[in-house]
This record gives sequence, C-alpha cells and structure tokens, in this order.
Amino acid sequence: MSTHTRPVEILRFNTCGSVDDGKSTLIGRLLYDSKNLMEDQLEALQRSADLTGGGQVNLANITDGLRAEREQGITIDVAYRYFATPRRRFIVADTPGHVQYTRNMVTGASTANLSVVLVDARQGVTEQTRRHACIAALLGIPHIVFAVNKMDLVEWSERRFLAIRAEIEAFLPKLDAFRDVKFIPISALHGDNVVDPSPRTPWYEGPTLLRHLETVHIASDWNLTALRFPVQWVNRPHRPTDSALHDFRGFSGQLAGGIVRTGQWVLVLPSGWKTTVREIWTPEGIEAEAFCPQSVTLVLEHDLDISRGDMIVSPDQLPGMSQEIQGRVCWMHPKPLIAGRKFLLKHTTQTVQAVVTSLESRLDIATFEAEPGPSELGLNDIGEVRLRTSRPLIYDGYGFNRMTGSFILIEPGTNATVAAGMLRSPSEPARLEYTDFAI
Amino acid sequence: MKGTYQLDHLQYLENEAIHVLREVAAEFERPCILFSGGKDSICLLRLAEKAFRPSPIPMPLLNVDTGHHFPELNEFRDRRARELGARLIVRKVEDAIARGIAVPAPGEVSRNRLQIPTLLAAIEEFRFDACVGGARRDEEKSRAKERFFSFRDAFGQWDPRNQRPEVWNLYNTRVNPGEHMRVFPLSNWTELDVWEYIRKEKLEVPRIYFSHRRLCVRRQGQWLAVNEFLPPQPGEEVRELRVRVRTIGDIISTGMIESPADSLDDIIAEVAAARVTERGARADDRTGDAAMEDRKRLGYF
Repeated sequence: MSTHTRPVEILRFNTCGSVDDGKSTLIGRLLYDSKNLMEDQLEALQRSADLTGGGQVNLANITDGLRAEREQGITIDVAYRYFATPRRRFIVADTPGHVQYTRNMVTGASTANLSVVLVDARQGVTEQTRRHACIAALLGIPHIVFAVNKMDLVEWSERRFLAIRAEIEAFLPKLDAFRDVKFIPISALHGDNVVDPSPRTPWYEGPTLLRHLETVHIASDWNLTALRFPVQWVNRPHRPTDSALHDFRGFSGQLAGGIVRTGQWVLVLPSGWKTTVREIWTPEGIEAEAFCPQSVTLVLEHDLDISRGDMIVSPDQLPGMSQEIQGRVCWMHPKPLIAGRKFLLKHTTQTVQAVVTSLESRLDIATFEAEPGPSELGLNDIGEVRLRTSRPLIYDGYGFNRMTGSFILIEPGTNATVAAGMLRSPSEPARLEYTDFAI
Repeated sequence: MKGTYQLDHLQYLENEAIHVLREVAAEFERPCILFSGGKDSICLLRLAEKAFRPSPIPMPLLNVDTGHHFPELNEFRDRRARELGARLIVRKVEDAIARGIAVPAPGEVSRNRLQIPTLLAAIEEFRFDACVGGARRDEEKSRAKERFFSFRDAFGQWDPRNQRPEVWNLYNTRVNPGEHMRVFPLSNWTELDVWEYIRKEKLEVPRIYFSHRRLCVRRQGQWLAVNEFLPPQPGEEVRELRVRVRTIGDIISTGMIESPADSLDDIIAEVAAARVTERGARADDRTGDAAMEDRKRLGYF
C-alpha cells in the first residue's frame, strides 16, 4: 500500500507584509484549515492564550518561535514552516515585514518560487507593499500573489478590493518581473478564501490562496536551457587496491542550469578545455542524463586538471568570464558599505577576494527610482555596485540564471555575511585563449 | 519523472542535502557526522554515502552516549558503522562526569543537559570545525529559524538573534579557530519525508520504531519504557502494551506510543494521519514553551 500514487512537487513561497498585516495569522490559518496543525501544537497555543492572550487563541503564535518574538508580538527572523496537501508539499519562509528587516525578506525570497504579499484592505497599498513587490521582483521570483487581507473589516467590499488591485497594477509594469500575478481577497483571521472559498465574496471568482498554491505552474522555474555545472568537490576514491576505482576521478556538484547528457561535448572554464561526458552518477544511480537542480558526479572522457570553482558548460552557450563585474547588492550589515572596501566573494563554488570599486546608485525600493552616486550603502539598502575580483568569475546575469547570477559578500575577520548580490548580464560571453580539444 | 525534467519532493530534498554534504567536505578541514542510529541520522548517512560514492564517506561519525540510550539503538549504531567501514567515535556522558567536564545538579537524573558539555569536549578533543546533524526545522518552533550552516562561537553557543543570513544555496562556511559550524542537511525534511525516504531507499531502522510488546509505566501523561533507570514508583500504573517509538531520546524520557504499526507502510500511514507532533512525545521538550531554544543556545544539537 502506498500513500500516494503520483509524484508530489515542492513549492517554496514566502509571505511578506507590514507588522500588523497578519502574515503569521495567515500561515497559522493555512496550517489550521489544511489540517496540518497537531493537537499538541493547538494545546500549546491554548496554554499561551490563557497565559498571555486573555483566552484568545493567537494563530500567530504558531510561527513566532523565539521567546523574544512572543514577548514582543513580532517576528524577528525568517522562520520556515512545512505543510502538505495531497497535491504538493510546501516550504514557507515567514519573513518579517519591518522596514529594518529587508535582509530577512531577501533571505526568505532568495529560494522562493512564489511570494505572497499581504495588503491590509483598510490601509490599501502602502510604501511597504511597494517594497515587498520590489524585492520579490529583484530576487527574480516568478510568481506573486497579493492577498488583500482583513476584508471582513471593509465589509467585503468589491470596490475596495478592485481599487487596491488597480493601484498595484498601475505600478507593476515598472517592475517588469513576474510571470504571473494573482489578487485574492481574504480574511486570515476568519479563514475566508484561504483554504475554503468564502460565501462572503460572491463577486470573486478566482481560486482560494491554497488552491492557487497547489496549482500554479512551477515546472519551468529552473533554467534548463544552458548547461552550467560548477565543480564543488573532486571525487577521487584513492583506493589503490580496487582496480575498478583506481583511476576513478569524478567531479561532483549541483547542476546550476541546463541538462547534461553522456557523450555530449562540454567546455571547462576557465581553462577552455573541451571534452565529452563519459558517465553521470546521480543519486539514483548512473543515468544517461541529468538536469538542474540535481546533485551529480560527472566522469569526463579525458583526464583533466579540474578543481573546485571551475565550471563545466555547454560550448554553444557560454557564460561570461570576467574580473570586472557589476550587480545589485542588498546590504545586510550595520557597518555601511563604502567604495574601496575589500571582501570575500562567494559565487557558485568559488570564493575569491573582491574590492568594491564604485557605488553606482542606490535604489529607492518604494519609488523604484535609482539615486546615482551614493556615498555609502547602509543596512537594508539595495544598490548597484561595481566590483573587481582576484580571479575571474564565470557567471550569468541573475535574470537568466539565479544560481550562476548570485553571490554573497563576506567580511574577512568577522566572517559575517554582509551582502547578497545579483549580477548584471555579462557584456560578452567568455573569451577563451584557446579552445583546443583536450589531449 | 524521467523525460519531464522535474523532481518530486523526495528527489528535491535529496539533491539539496547532498549539495550541503559536499559543501561540508569541500570547505571544512575536520568535519564529522553526528550519528545516533535514530531515523534522521540513518537518512543522513545514506545521503552521505550517495554524496561521495564511489569514495568512502570522508569524515568520521560521532555519537554522544548518555548512558541512558536504548540498548537496541547502540547495537544498531555500532553495526551500521561497521558495515560502512566508517570510523565511529563514541564519547560518554559517564566519562565526562567522572572527569568533571559535565557536572550533574543535585538529584539530576536526566542526562539531557549533560550531553552538551560532553559534545563540546569531543569537538575540542578532535578539533572538529563542523558537525553534521540530522535535525529538521519541522521538529520544533525554535528550530524553524535554524540555518543549514549554523554558526557556534568558541563556547559552542547559538545566538538566534544574530544569525548569518542564508541566501540561495550560497553557504557561508567560514569559522575562526575554536569556533565551529553545525550543519543540518535535512533542514527542509519533515517527519513524513524521512519515513518515505527510508521506504524508498529500503533502509534498515532499529526495531524499536516498529510495534512490539513492552512493559510501560504511566508518568506525566505518557507511557515510558520500564528499565533499570526508571523503576516504577508505588501507585504508578504499569502495563504491557503494544508500542513503538516515534522519536528516540533517552530511555527515561522517550514516550512510547501505542501502535500496531509493524511495517514502513503502516508507519507512514500512521505519521500521515497523526494528530500530535513527533516531539509531543518527549518529556524533555515539554518543560516549557522555550525549552528547546534554551538548550540550543547552550550548544545542544
């Protein structure tokens, strides 16, 4: 007997909203109404309701896990939640909505397929709504949902809902980012249109939030067009006694883009060597092909000197390769970024030294305007910077591939992660000194 | 799902965990895997086999033995390590107490708190810079905010309010001497995922996960296994029941659940229909709403 018959996909989404928009209540509601809350969790909720909530069960207490959060009634850090329906598994990043917590939103959004932006029906579109939409756009999230919450407090007014929708639709073209956009009128507190359709919104014909999460098409969210294989770990068994493994040399890593097939020609960067793929070891055994985001080990036809940080790519779709790069960073540290500072830059499987050569602009994420030539970027600022690296990066634009177009900056000494970066498309494909076949 | 270039949920989680394990092997000098013989660490070991094959797992296994382990678990742990040809390091709370590294409070029976100094001493002894563990975010509220790579300072402490942001799959693995990292490749797995993976991979698990007859004593609303550390007190209800464990902690605090589930299919059906969380059955987590957070801050795994 098997509990399911068809394959179940994972959808990752994040929720964002201002402090009192009801994010945690919404997640609590999704878990509660989809029967993903357990009795002991409910009991614990009841206990804390008796202690602190004057007897009122607070669904937000399900997600606010740290003591300081429960005491202050706020969400401090990204919390991950898991729930399942027969159609899909869900990983939810509950990201705090305070202005100063942009870095948490970037964290939660970086791995999401979809963003749920909460809008308070009474307040309408606020600066925060625009910030959340802007960050979702910057992080290349393909799908976005505007959940217009607290509809119960505006008498379920269709006019109110449509006015909010129109205001959002007016600014979305400026972001030019999302593959699909949904607007859903809900009450997280009472559960309307969260899991079950609401009898109070007869004018709304779209899906409930959960229905949409279960059905939105995510199969094409990964880049399957251009092979990108950053070498993560060189697999050499060092077993002199085992003749089958004596000469084994494989290159392990996670496919960051495209599909790899045995027999296909590949190019190794930065060296420029060409060879073919002899074997593909996947978690499920040796296969004829593998695809992004699988973790595999490639055995190549020729014995080449390849190490961590090199990238195996398809010869007909080359990434960029340069020591001079440009991109957007979200600054995540209290000590501001100024031009001239040096960092460690981690990109795919390579960590290099990098100096920020100039700050080009700072983005006002509420107006979407870029202010040129800032003197510094402060905590939670997003800005355009130029960097020079100690070794060439082999990369794509973030808009083309989230995995080969992203990087982090690490402060030497403290080892703090100080920035999340998204690269501009390279101005030209990698130029190779020689493109000889191997041997 | 051949031909569609789409991963199902178990494949997605497997590929993610393998990526994390390889990142550990590539970026740390002296990593180890925490292996207890419990279901999560059994999955972890399988993932490590897959991540590095045909090479052997390039790091030793470490277990902190509280002295209150289920004997079945230790037997399984030792056998599994032997089968893999892995190096298994066991450090005992008993020895840590004898050496004054771990000091029990007057009347303290539980070894839960005492595991912490024992583990930290082992980390120091072997100069481990990374400990890979099988913890999952869905286990408990404060774990929901845990990173894949969770930084610990020179005192082994976790500071939940000052965690490194973790973006994309770009893990900041850097630590200074004396500091270390706890790494959780199963962060995104749920209890159900773990069992489904065990079934898919046909992994052996200790017998106590399956239904068996056992003498149990009723204490604080749960059934605990009667054993040498836990003699029933006068007036306590003792019964022989058909039980299994859902999560394994120490023998003195692990609740036995009444269950007829004696196959993986039965367990999966039971977990899928369960109405209490896995840790709802562990007395150590019920001391207070923030019990786990407090222990984690001090260096618990």
